[in-house]
Amino acid sequence: MASYAFQLNKSPRTVESDDPDKPLLYVLRDIGLTATKFGCGLGQCGACTVLIDGEAARSCQTAVADVKGKSVTTLEGLGNAASPHPLQAAFIKEQVPQCGYCTSGMIMTAAGLVARNPKPSEADIRNELEGNLCRCGSHVRVVRAILAATGQGG
Amino acid sequence: MNAPFTFSRRALLKGGALTVGFALTGIGPRALAQNAPRTLDTGEVDAFLTVNMDGSVWLSCGKVDLGQGLRIAIRQMAAEELDLDPAKIMMVEGDTALTPDQGPTAGSTGIQRGGVQIRQAAATARKALLELGSKAFGKPESELELTNGQVRIKGQANGKSFAELLSGQRFNLKLDPKAPLKNPADYKVVGKPLPRPDVPGKCTGEHVYMQDFKVRGMLHARVIRPPAVGASLVSVDESSIASLPGAKVVRQKDFLCVVAEDEWTAIKAQRTLKCEWSEGRGLPPQEAVAQRMRAGPFTREETLVSRGDVKPALPPGAIALKASYFWPMHSHGSIGPSCAIADVKPDGVTIWTASQAPHRLRVTASRFLGIPAEKIHVVYLDGAGCYGMNGHDDAAAEAALLSRATGRPVRMQWTREDELGWDPKGPPQLLDIAGAVDAQGNIVDWRTEMWLPEATRGLPNLPLLALDEAGIPQAQGLTTGLISQNGDPAYAAPNMSVQVHWLKDAPLRPSNLRAPGKIANSFAVESFFDEMATAAKQDPVEMRLRAMKDARGIEVIKRTAAMMNWQPRPSPVADRSGAVMRGRGIAYVHYKHNETWLAMGMEVAVERASGHIKVERAVCAHDCGLIVNPDGARAQVEGCILQTLSRALFEDVKFDRSRVTSVDWSSYPIMTFADVPRVEIDLIQRIDQPPLGAGEAASAPVGAALANALFDATGIRLRTVPFTPERVKAALEGRAT
Repeated sequence: MASYAFQLNKSPRTVESDDPDKPLLYVLRDIGLTATKFGCGLGQCGACTVLIDGEAARSCQTAVADVKGKSVTTLEGLGNAASPHPLQAAFIKEQVPQCGYCTSGMIMTAAGLVARNPKPSEADIRNELEGNLCRCGSHVRVVRAILAATGQGG
Repeated sequence: MNAPFTFSRRALLKGGALTVGFALTGIGPRALAQNAPRTLDTGEVDAFLTVNMDGSVWLSCGKVDLGQGLRIAIRQMAAEELDLDPAKIMMVEGDTALTPDQGPTAGSTGIQRGGVQIRQAAATARKALLELGSKAFGKPESELELTNGQVRIKGQANGKSFAELLSGQRFNLKLDPKAPLKNPADYKVVGKPLPRPDVPGKCTGEHVYMQDFKVRGMLHARVIRPPAVGASLVSVDESSIASLPGAKVVRQKDFLCVVAEDEWTAIKAQRTLKCEWSEGRGLPPQEAVAQRMRAGPFTREETLVSRGDVKPALPPGAIALKASYFWPMHSHGSIGPSCAIADVKPDGVTIWTASQAPHRLRVTASRFLGIPAEKIHVVYLDGAGCYGMNGHDDAAAEAALLSRATGRPVRMQWTREDELGWDPKGPPQLLDIAGAVDAQGNIVDWRTEMWLPEATRGLPNLPLLALDEAGIPQAQGLTTGLISQNGDPAYAAPNMSVQVHWLKDAPLRPSNLRAPGKIANSFAVESFFDEMATAAKQDPVEMRLRAMKDARGIEVIKRTAAMMNWQPRPSPVADRSGAVMRGRGIAYVHYKHNETWLAMGMEVAVERASGHIKVERAVCAHDCGLIVNPDGARAQVEGCILQTLSRALFEDVKFDRSRVTSVDWSSYPIMTFADVPRVEIDLIQRIDQPPLGAGEAASAPVGAALANALFDATGIRLRTVPFTPERVKAALEGRAT
């Protein structure tokens, strides 16, 4: 059993795994951080997106060994219902999710974008979210919420 | 009410629906006003409503919120009749121990049947509370009012709470179909875009999905499906997973699974396990599906419409046309693969599921487990989007069989490959339409012939994969939904027939998928109407309006045309020479001929070099009668448009002679942000009309509106979806598609 230490939602965390290839997705879900969703396990849908050192990454394609010493942020780390992150607040205000299964990945991908581009254009947003799939058809509201969260609403 | 609460308290306190279930058992934060045993008889007010000491009300709803917003809309409907703040209504959905069976959440019936039933229960309760108040205050009912969980003399501060008036008893009242409903002019909460209560948790990760739920002591399971449909298991090498700690094979005949204490080990076991399968039963060649549908075998012939002459004499100048349309099989394509947990114990069974039909699943589970339904408790939890009968019931049956075999609670989680490969598919549909139009654009003859897999009458449940694999008897047949509706146009035609050749089989296991049948039928009917308009050199909007009498239908077409700034002219556009060709299209449906009216407009830009269609704008005027929650309804219409555009532009289940081969998002692509158009929706509020459903109807005309816009832009008429760039390019170059 090897230990892997990293920053998780701004706190130090050490997890044990007998498999260095265990995907970060299952590491997170096993410790109760279930906002990060399994959608395909293939890196194709974006439902499992988290931030690693501030950049959006697919947790289903990231081995636990590869986050050693890095900083991981999940949707739970952005904010909560009492104190939501501006992106979360905008997604709530715009009533974005239907089933909501893709929403976590959408918000995390947007968080990665906004971190390096605080005022993304609609084209930037669409381009960034190209790898995030939604089946319910919440796309229009996703874009509107991200524009609103970056002060470009209305 | 003891078996279900073996899971962790933390999970209970986190999840909306779960918290509700917790409190309803009497150990929650509020004491119940009424302690008699609950009835689940839908004829009783008590099945739906329970008054609490503090004036709040529990609402028990047999329909479930699959993301479509019933969780707020049905609260609004009940709150309105009780003059109660919707925040004072707590709601439990789809729990077979706590909610009455209001039928599956399907067919866009959540509000129009489920909500309407609950509204009537609330109206009955209101009437009873006023009667009790009248006795208590010695005043006529006309001098009383309901407010904030109390009945009081109008304008006076002190009233008596609902609980006081009921003296701790239940209502003990039959649901009164004649109990007066509130005058719509007095609505305070119905018609308001109140926010959906599950949205904050879905944006912060606090919402507990089926896939997130845990039961203490549960095993994680994965299923190993055969490499060919209908193959049987020849051998399993259990030693191939011996190095994975705790991983075990569980097998019942051809139903083969691995279980492990943790999920990652179960996944590795699934990937590692060596096994040998027989040949499958063989699938038809994909390219021959449409052709083979014409050949049968058939269960029966059905004439849905027959009027006028069978072979009318055509007036001079009339133009006869005919065309064939094909809609292939589609996957539900839920973003989260199906998942369920089951705990099968000698004294009772609990199944947690995201099924659209928890009450039906309970009966099904009773049959295949051989356990009386009274001992089975099915609990609904939100899953990833459910647009019909997807894999949730399969996963539930699998979890139940595994729990019985292992003596432990078991969580079954499908993979992406399981989901796209094995979810029941929207069935293929083939339509031939022939007709004639006169030079003024009047339809003089219309013949629709349809080849459709027939839903087996009386089939209690979709045949489940694991039961067939395990050799457990179950009723066989097809589930497809009401797929022959809207095969006839909504327009005047003196001579018309609609004939269905009902097919006995489908190439892959079918099920109802959002707006079942109506999407393909509208695609054919509304495309053919435009083909007639072009033949008669008529404007498609004007020709539709001339052929209609239905005022609500006329209004949605006019409003849609106005949003598009529609200038009348025949289609296609005259100048189609550009590298990018632009066009517009419209389609209309009166959903099922007795529900929602809507028209759909599309504006497209087609790139000649690539064949790529960019839908620039989709507009829709939509009349679903009373709109309980306009933002919820709008979200549903957005979803109908984008999901069906995805189906029409990209989707086609691919299979070889053994199995489905489109098992990931690159082989089964769906719409991404790059292809999402601007969407504009005009919802017509009809506050005094019955609510008619918004979850499906707007899906129906999307394919036709797209086909008509593509034709308008390019002059090419595609009659098979998806309209992939390859197909469009081939047609532009005059090659067969």
